[in-house]
Amino acid sequence: MSSPTLLTLADIAPGQTATISEVIGDDAIAVRLMEMGLTDGETVRVVGRAPLGDPIELSIRGYKLSLRKLEAARVRVQAQKASDVT
Amino acid sequence: MDSTIPASSIERQVSSPAAKFTVALVGNPNTGKSTFFSALCGVPARIGNYPGVTVEKKIGKYRDSQGTVTVVDLPGTYSLSARTPDEMVSVDVLLGRQADVAHVDVIVAIVDATNLERNLYLFTQLRQLNRPIVLVLNMWDRMQAEGRTIEVDELSRRLGVRVVAVSASRSQGIDEAKKMIRQVAGEPHATAASLFPPILEGEVNELSQWLRETADIELQPFLVERLIFDIGGAHASELARRPKLSELPARLAQIRERLAVAGQKVPALETRERYKWIRSQLAGIASVPDEQSRSLSDRIDQVLTHRVWGFLMFGLIMFAIFQAITSGTVWAMDWITGSLQSWLVSGVESLLAPGTLRSLVNDGIIAGVGSVIVFLPQILMLFFFIGLLEDCGYMARAAFVMDKLMTKLGLSGKSFLPLMSSFACAVPGIMATRVIEDRRDRMVTILIAPLMSCSARLPVYVLLVTAFVPQVSWLGGWIGLQGSVLFAMHLVGLAVAVPVAWLLKKFFFPGDVPPFVMELPSYKVPSPRVVFYRVWERAEAFLTRAGTLIFCTAVLVWAAGYFPGDHRPLNELTRKIEQAQAQAAESAEADASTEKSLDGLPLDGLPLEVLTAQRRQLSGQLIEQSLLGRSGKLIEPVVKPLGWDWKIGVGVIASFPAREVIIATLGTIYSLGGDVGEEDEGLRAAIVRSRWPDGRPVYTLPVALSIMVFFALCAQCAATLMVIKRETNSWRWPVFTFFYMTALAYVAALLTYQVGTLILGAMA
Repeated sequence: MSSPTLLTLADIAPGQTATISEVIGDDAIAVRLMEMGLTDGETVRVVGRAPLGDPIELSIRGYKLSLRKLEAARVRVQAQKASDVT
Repeated sequence: MDSTIPASSIERQVSSPAAKFTVALVGNPNTGKSTFFSALCGVPARIGNYPGVTVEKKIGKYRDSQGTVTVVDLPGTYSLSARTPDEMVSVDVLLGRQADVAHVDVIVAIVDATNLERNLYLFTQLRQLNRPIVLVLNMWDRMQAEGRTIEVDELSRRLGVRVVAVSASRSQGIDEAKKMIRQVAGEPHATAASLFPPILEGEVNELSQWLRETADIELQPFLVERLIFDIGGAHASELARRPKLSELPARLAQIRERLAVAGQKVPALETRERYKWIRSQLAGIASVPDEQSRSLSDRIDQVLTHRVWGFLMFGLIMFAIFQAITSGTVWAMDWITGSLQSWLVSGVESLLAPGTLRSLVNDGIIAGVGSVIVFLPQILMLFFFIGLLEDCGYMARAAFVMDKLMTKLGLSGKSFLPLMSSFACAVPGIMATRVIEDRRDRMVTILIAPLMSCSARLPVYVLLVTAFVPQVSWLGGWIGLQGSVLFAMHLVGLAVAVPVAWLLKKFFFPGDVPPFVMELPSYKVPSPRVVFYRVWERAEAFLTRAGTLIFCTAVLVWAAGYFPGDHRPLNELTRKIEQAQAQAAESAEADASTEKSLDGLPLDGLPLEVLTAQRRQLSGQLIEQSLLGRSGKLIEPVVKPLGWDWKIGVGVIASFPAREVIIATLGTIYSLGGDVGEEDEGLRAAIVRSRWPDGRPVYTLPVALSIMVFFALCAQCAATLMVIKRETNSWRWPVFTFFYMTALAYVAALLTYQVGTLILGAMA
């Protein structure tokens, strides 16, 4: 039912959860993000932000990961409502 | 010479497979890998670097019931895709392609039991390497404390490898792990079944065959698979340089194209399939993280990374560390340079007659060793705090909090602590750059760290500021000119570091901004064992590797200041003085006031003060004749534009081992003897009195400022240069640092003097 919006992980507010649809690109950064567990279909929660707004803290696959917004923008996601969280 | 040993007998000595074998320890960062290594082997037998790269090579040994086991601790990596130097070295060692490391018989894969899914990613790659594997589930205690379980036996059965639960920070499960390592070393092992869809296997077989037929290259299936997965990979471009394989890149592109058409796009294919496999393996046997414990870590994070409290806490912690490594180590450093060294020196004086040997031991060796161990208190203190912060989980948060600010320098949050520590001393600061994984960031941080104003510059500043900066103060004495100049001197290096970092990034280490993909481990109470190992390891590495080089430099500079020159009159004089002193002490002790000179050694009826003054003058003359003094005169034309005379030039050259040496050297040149401090009235008076041949005073305010600016920016610290050599594993970078900093210091000092003189002239 979701419309194909171009939402990325950088747009997700702290406390919100999203589902990863794709990591854009095939360079070293994209591969590193995927190796860290950011693969398609995975659920990710934005835990918070650093005091200056960047980087952000994520919860994925049961651990915490920090990314700069620049890298988070490489991760295309679909926002989840709280009720959708599995 | 018939001392050649037949090759076969050497082989037999080295590899009797049952008793001795080599184990490679592999795991992600933050898995407690080095703690496990220490629990296995104690202190590493050897810490070095792999040839040509900045990757640390750590090798240890332990004995079990049947023999000695060698353990190679590979750098912490998330993957074997061989994109970073750490990963490339790991792959080479594991596949037996690293010439200086023995063949790996067993892989010990260490994972964080509290973060199994992500940690097993690397394991899925390791299992393809065709070596027996022991899977170590570390941090078992923490996982249990979080109220979770993993069914070890079932996991072992599903993965097809032996699995052991370990709590390395409590030394629990170590013996069992050793037993298991011994067991798998002797067992045959089955090749792991592929976890990828059949279409990939087909492509791998086809490519292997093509490589074999066209270029007679037999590659392990894992490496062939990597050729397909790693777009723009180093291995593929290396192979493509062979004339027969120029077609390889095109072939790889076709393979990827075919895979994409089949819905298996590279590189997403690899990570997706591996993670899918891991989840299926863990299904039902590993309980998911407890929401309760997770939220505790979250709540701590909400404070420590808060907009206001986060910065405040960060500031407080950094302030405490800085205080500890500066004020907290002063007593130890004073004790080393003061009590310990003078005790040794007077001990040698009572044993050896004045002469070259005594001077070598006292002024060369003891001073040289002293210049090494004087850094130990700061290294111990800094690594104590680093160990504490790393183990409790705050270190990653500190980088997280500071990242945004540090990106303005073109660096990342991980560079902050090493740079801040360098304000106390660049030596531990540079050693602390090991936390920075990105090579370019790490190099830039290492190269600008010596610009931070360390505590060794302070004596030079204090001497010159108190002698030449007027004692003016404003706001009722709260702001003094002297203090302001002192503060400004600390800012000079920092201000220069910003453009230097930018230039280094732009011209020497160009490339894309490295990603800041960093794990934030859960908070926990730090383990004393982990902290202790961390401190011990760094202290040992410093003493054995950098220490010897620092020592040699100190002795070389001593020799340059000693030779050539006829030291006999000076030795004679010293003997007389010591005799007189001994006599004075003796007579004071006996409370006898009868004057009596010793046989054959009359005091010439001169009082002790006159003799001491003569000695000072003589040692001043000797240093003037020495290699050091001559080079000072040689460079006078070079330093004259800075407003310096040859004496300052000598002081600067002699202070190559350490900046503060200039004070002792100036003391000697101005005939004050060796023992002067920056607060010494005699030295201050002597430099104020110092005159050019035409009668003008040498030291004016612009000259004092130009010396201070020079010392703020120069690389006169052998220890720093030797640590750069150790950490970068190349002579190129210490040489580079020396020249760039000296050039910078020269130009800045020149500008300071010339502009300062112009302004003073205009004011007059």
